[in-house]
Amino acid sequence: MSASAPPNRLTTAIGTLVSYDSDLREKRRKTIFGCIIVAILFVLSGWIAEAQPDVLIDKAGAFFNYIGDILHLDSGDLVFEAPGEWFWGLRRWLLSLGETLLMAYAGTFLGTFAAFALCFFATDNFCVSRLGKFCTLRFLEFARTVPDLVFALIFVIAFGLGPIPGVLAIAIHTMGALGKLFAEVVENIDPKPVEGIAAAGGSRLAQIRYGALPQVLSNFVSYALLRFEVNVRSAAVLGFVGAGGIGFTLLIAIRKFYNSDVSAILLMIIVTVMLIDYGTEKVRHRLIGREKHA
Amino acid sequence: MSITMGEPRSAMLSLDADGLRRHAALLRPDTAGRLVTSLSAAAMIAGLIGSLAYLGFSFTAIFVGLQRIGGIVAWMLPPDPQTWDNTRFYFHALGETLGIAFMGTLGAALFAFPLSFLAARNIVPNLIVHILTRRMFDTIRGVDALIWALIWINVVGLGPFAGVLALVTSDFGALGKLFSEAIETADAKPVEGVTSCGGGTFAGVRFGVIPQLLPVVLGQLLYFFESNVRSAAVLGIVGAGGIGLPLSEMIRTDEWQQVSFIIIMMLVTVSVIDLISSRLRLSIIGPAPV
Repeated sequence: MSASAPPNRLTTAIGTLVSYDSDLREKRRKTIFGCIIVAILFVLSGWIAEAQPDVLIDKAGAFFNYIGDILHLDSGDLVFEAPGEWFWGLRRWLLSLGETLLMAYAGTFLGTFAAFALCFFATDNFCVSRLGKFCTLRFLEFARTVPDLVFALIFVIAFGLGPIPGVLAIAIHTMGALGKLFAEVVENIDPKPVEGIAAAGGSRLAQIRYGALPQVLSNFVSYALLRFEVNVRSAAVLGFVGAGGIGFTLLIAIRKFYNSDVSAILLMIIVTVMLIDYGTEKVRHRLIGREKHA
Repeated sequence: MSITMGEPRSAMLSLDADGLRRHAALLRPDTAGRLVTSLSAAAMIAGLIGSLAYLGFSFTAIFVGLQRIGGIVAWMLPPDPQTWDNTRFYFHALGETLGIAFMGTLGAALFAFPLSFLAARNIVPNLIVHILTRRMFDTIRGVDALIWALIWINVVGLGPFAGVLALVTSDFGALGKLFSEAIETADAKPVEGVTSCGGGTFAGVRFGVIPQLLPVVLGQLLYFFESNVRSAAVLGIVGAGGIGLPLSEMIRTDEWQQVSFIIIMMLVTVSVIDLISSRLRLSIIGPAPV
């Protein structure tokens, strides 16, 4: 801008408007371009995934009929009218639901423990060597990228049918997911307590125990609880590949059209998941609250 | 600091003693707290051992299983699809997986977006509508995509389309909840501005809420697409299309070299997708807001 003649207010305003207009037009062009790309991808993926809108429209009624079917007993009554008959297998189902929860618990515990042991090797502040950090990170990435159901499929071959492959699959997946999160938490801690302990002659283990751990523990527990919620959901379907839990019962019920059983088991799973979400949320809020008070 | 080099040592010591006296509460061992911590840790470990025992874990089972795992890993090397036909088939299945994930994410968003406004208290103040839509989202969300896949297979038959519909349904619940929460936390001032200029409810939503909402929504969609690529990869195990079908078949027929080939394909695809989508997210949302 030249200092000799102060610009007219009107021209400044018009200049602003013009540049705003061109900015807006530029933004709109980008938006339209993005929409076109998304539309092309949508059509392309519809073609690859053999989407059949006509079949869907044809069968949309069938979907809602199915929802209706699973809410009816064999006698034709609505399930709510005869809860005793609806939940005829309650004892058996509760047992396998309990097994599912135990699988989620054991898998989360083992996975969290492994993640805890490994995460310090994957951080800049505590790693033993760059190469060790790189290898740990890649290993964790592998463990969380391969879906737990695939691990379960392989473990079922190795360990045989039953909950053992399920627990191990959950543990490995949890280790991968939590290891990365834990390492990020540890990298973001305040370095001063660690330096203090190092200055007082503390070993690496002492630095972790007294410098890092008090800062990260509540975060770790909070992440582990979140993971537990996720794991309850995935434990419920691990039975699809024979890895224990309620999934196998559900699979049989859906495949063989034991309609009212499907709704009963689904209801049990949904209620359990909701209760656990609610409970862990309560615990997490208390943990976070305690951290704030300290 | 009140202590300088010249002052006698005793002053420093007395200051130390003074500090110790004043912060005695901090220095006293927290016996009750420690007891609670160690008891709950003991209870958790006992729970772990108990559940492992109940689930049939034993040293022999683990030992034998690990040995077999070792054998399987040895058989997996080197990864090899064996024939050119297989390779082509796997790449097609991988494309199918990506297609299922993309269509599932976008379809779920198309259904969830309008309905999420119903579940947002600041747009629709009616408590009954709010609770009903939220419960519906929660119920649908509570059922895993694999279960939805089984149900949709009963309706539209085996194939990738059932997988698409499964992702659409399960993500519909999750996205609906996230979107409505994003709407509820949107800043009310732009809406007030639009209303004060004479705009109606619709104009308020269109020019007041949606501009705040879109970056959040797009960011979440990218996250969901990433996670859906992983979900779509296993939908094939129950027969809903994608790479899961050949993968589970190869595992069941002991074709371990092909299994490792497919797993490596999946790993590469997932990390490429993660890379692309984190770039896209940065360009949409911009660097993290302060």
